[in-house]
Amino acid sequence: MIRDITIGQYYPADSLIHKLDPRVKLVGTIVYIIALFVIDSYIGYLLAALALLAVIRLSKVPVKFILRGLKPIIAILLFTLVFNLLFTQGDPVFKAGIITITKQGIRLCITMAIRLVLLIIGSSLMTFTTTPNHLTDGLESLMGPLKKVKVPVHEISMMMSIALRFIPILMEETDKIMKAQTARGADFETGGLVKKAKGLIPLLVPLFVSAFRRANDLAMAMEARCYRGGEGRTKMKPLKYTGRDMVSYLVLAVFFAGIIVLNHVDLLMF
Amino acid sequence: MEMVKTEGLVFEYIRRNDEGEVESINRAVDNVDLRINKGDFIAILGHNGSGKSTLAKHINAILTPTEGSVWVGGINTREEEHLWDIRQNAGMVFQNPDNQIIGTVVEEDVGFGAENLGVPTEEIWERVEKSLKAVGMLEYRKHSPNKLSGGQKQRVAIAGIMAMKPQCIVLDEPTAMLDPMGRKEVIETVMELNKKEKVTVILITHYMEEVINADKVFVMDKGKVVMEGTPREIFKEVEQLKRYRLDVPQVTELSYELRKSGLKIPEGILTVDELVKAVCALKKE
Amino acid sequence: MPIIIDKLQYVYSPQTAYEKHALKDINLVINDGEFIGLIGHTGSGKSTLIQHLNGLLRATGGTIYFNGQDIYEKDFSMKYLRSKVGLVFQYPEHQLFETTVYRDVSFGPKNLGLDQLEVDVRAYEAIRMVGLGEEMVDVSPFELSGGQKRRVAIAGVLAMKPEVLILDEPTAGLDPKGRDEILEQINKLHKGSGITIILVSHSMEDVAKYADKLVVMNNGGIAFYDTPHKVFEHYKELEQMGLAAPQVTYVMHELKDRGIPVKTSATTVEEAREEILRILKK
Repeated sequence: MIRDITIGQYYPADSLIHKLDPRVKLVGTIVYIIALFVIDSYIGYLLAALALLAVIRLSKVPVKFILRGLKPIIAILLFTLVFNLLFTQGDPVFKAGIITITKQGIRLCITMAIRLVLLIIGSSLMTFTTTPNHLTDGLESLMGPLKKVKVPVHEISMMMSIALRFIPILMEETDKIMKAQTARGADFETGGLVKKAKGLIPLLVPLFVSAFRRANDLAMAMEARCYRGGEGRTKMKPLKYTGRDMVSYLVLAVFFAGIIVLNHVDLLMF
Repeated sequence: MEMVKTEGLVFEYIRRNDEGEVESINRAVDNVDLRINKGDFIAILGHNGSGKSTLAKHINAILTPTEGSVWVGGINTREEEHLWDIRQNAGMVFQNPDNQIIGTVVEEDVGFGAENLGVPTEEIWERVEKSLKAVGMLEYRKHSPNKLSGGQKQRVAIAGIMAMKPQCIVLDEPTAMLDPMGRKEVIETVMELNKKEKVTVILITHYMEEVINADKVFVMDKGKVVMEGTPREIFKEVEQLKRYRLDVPQVTELSYELRKSGLKIPEGILTVDELVKAVCALKKE
Repeated sequence: MPIIIDKLQYVYSPQTAYEKHALKDINLVINDGEFIGLIGHTGSGKSTLIQHLNGLLRATGGTIYFNGQDIYEKDFSMKYLRSKVGLVFQYPEHQLFETTVYRDVSFGPKNLGLDQLEVDVRAYEAIRMVGLGEEMVDVSPFELSGGQKRRVAIAGVLAMKPEVLILDEPTAGLDPKGRDEILEQINKLHKGSGITIILVSHSMEDVAKYADKLVVMNNGGIAFYDTPHKVFEHYKELEQMGLAAPQVTYVMHELKDRGIPVKTSATTVEEAREEILRILKK
C-alpha cells in the first residue's frame, strides 16, 4: 500500500540525533554520501556501516521502521544490481549463452548494493530525525550566501517545507481516489502500457484538481496569517549551534579522515 | 466601539473571457450594512452560495469591496498600508482543516503567524504555549498535525490565530467537515475564547445548533442580510428560515409543530429543557 | 438475496507497531430492499466495513456471502461484485474527472463493458434519478455547484445499476436544504426501485427519519443492530460511544422523568408530536 512508504517521513523521538542542529545533519549526510563513493575497500564499507549503525542506535528510530522504508525501492535496487552484474566487462567467471558474469561485475554488484543501501538508509535517517521545517531551516541557512546572487533562498525552502507537509495528505488522497474509481469499475492493474497510462486519467485529473484547490486554500490561509515572504520574519526556532553540534562536526571529520586513511591502509596491506 | 462595520458593502465576482471582456458578473455580496460590537459572539447563517464566505473574507481583507467600505477596528480595509494590521487584528479560520495548517509539528504551526509578524523568539514561545493551552491542545504540541482528528486540527488552527493576538476571529464554516464530536469541540473552544479572552467571534455556519448561544445572528440570502436578531428571534421564524434553505434545531421544529397543532407553547424554543418545561406547564393546567 | 457478513475481521498493518484491529468479528445479515443506517463515531470501523462490502479491502479473517456466494472464492469476480454493490465515497465530487456530466456518469457502465446503447440508457437514467435536468448532460461537472457535483458523482455509481447502494456521509458539507434534498432523493430511489441502501451518517435525526434498521459500530465491533426505536432506547450507552440520540428522544425521556406518562420511543418530530398531543389531549 502507498501508505507504507516511509521515506521522507519524520519519526518523532527524543534522541541526541533528533536534537542536533539540522545543518550538522545536512552536512553529515552529504559527507557520508561522498564518503560512500570515495571508499574503495571492504573495510571502509564496514566502518561506514558501523558508523551508520551507531547513528541509528543513537537516533532511537526502530530498525524495523527503517527497513520498511527500503521495501518500495527493492525493485529499483535489484534492477541496478542485475544490470551491473550482467553488463560489466572484465574477467569472466561464469558463462551461459549470452550471459557473462565477470569478477569485476560481481565486485561492482556487491559494492553497489552496499553503497545504495547505506546511502538510502543514511539519507532517510536524516528525514526520520529532522522535522521538515527544521530541515528547510537548515537548508535555508546553509544556502544563505546564495541570497547575495539573488537566489530566492527563503522562498525555495518555504516551498520545500510545504511540499513535505502535503506529501502524506496527497498520498492519502491518491489512495482514496483510486478506491473510488475502482468502485466504479476502473482497473489500474491489468492491460498494456497504453491502456495503463490511459487508465491513469481518472486518477490524475481529480488529483490535480484537488492539489490546486489545496494550494489555493493554503495560499489564502497563509496570507490571512500575515505571511509576506522572508523579510521581517522572526523565527520560533532559530538555529543555534551548541556544544554537541561542534562535537558532532568533529566526529564527522574523524570519520571522513578514517575513511581516507583506511583506503590507503588497504592499499598498503594488499 | 464597533469591531467590524460595513457600509453599503458590495462585492462582485467578475468573469472575463480570453480577450479580457466581461463575460458575467456575479454579485456575491449585495449592499450589506453590518455593525459588530467588540466582545460579541456573532453568527452568520446562510445556505451554500448565499455570500456569507465572501462577506467573511472582507473582514480579513482577503477581499476588498467592489463598492462600499469595511472597517475593522476602525481601519478601512482599503488602506493598503494597514493591510497587515487588519489581518493581525481579525484572524481567520477556514473550513478545511488540512489546507490551513502550514507547520509539520503542531507548535511550529501555531507559531507561524507570530513569526510573520516579527515577534521576538522568546515571546513566540510564550504566545504559542498560551494559545495551545487556551484551546486545550498543549499536550499535543510536539505531534504531527496529520495524526490529529478534524476537531483537533481546527483547534490548532484557532491557536495559530490566537498567537497573533487578534481582537476578532472570523471562522468560515469551521465545522462543515467535522463529525459531531469535532463540531462540539470547536464550538466549545470558540465560546470559551469569547468568554475568557474577550475575543470577538464571527462564526459562519449552516449548523443551526451551533448558533443558539450567539449574541446575535445574521441570516444571509442572495448576498443580502435578510434577517438579524437574537437566536430566539431568528428561530421562531421557522417557515422563513426554510425558505432560505436553512433549518431549525429539532426541538425548535417540534415546538413549532406543537404550536401549529394548537398547543400554547412559547415561540422560539431553543433547547430540550425549555420545551420540556413548557410541556410540563401545559400538563399541569 | 441477502448479504451475509460472517465473522469478518480486518487488521491494518499486521505485525507492525501500527497494527490495528479495525474490524473484530463482525456478523451481520442485510436483507434485500432494506434501508440501513450505519452509525458510529470516527474510527469505529464504519468506513473499513463498507469498503469490504464491495471488495476494496480484503478481510484478514471471516468472509462475506453475496447472493449466496463467498466473495473470497477464487472464481468470484470482484468486478461483478462492484457492479452489484455501489459505493459512494465521502465527498464523491472529488472523483469527477471527465469533460461533461454525461461522460463522467458513463465511466462506470463503460468499465462494465456494456454496449454503447446500454451505456447511454443507464447514464441518462442515472442523471434523471438524482434529480438533474437534461440540460446538465453536456455541462462540465467542474462548472456545477457543490450540491450538483455531488449528484453527478452519485449518478456515476447509480449508472452501474447496483442492487445495493452504500453512501458514506452523502450530505457532508451541504446546507440544510441540500442535505434534505439528497436524502429525499435517496429515499425516493429506495422506495421506487427497491434497492438496498446502506447510509453512513453522523446525523441521528437523519437515520431515525429514513432507516428501517440501524447498525451501531463501536471499536471495530457491532454494538447494536435493530430498529431506530430500539437502538435509541440505549441513548445512554450511545453517549458513551461518542454518539447520541435525536433531540426529540431526549425530550421524551426528560418528560417521562418529570412524571409525564409519555412513551419514550419517539425518534422523529412527527412521532414526538403525536405522542405529546396524545398525552396532553387526554
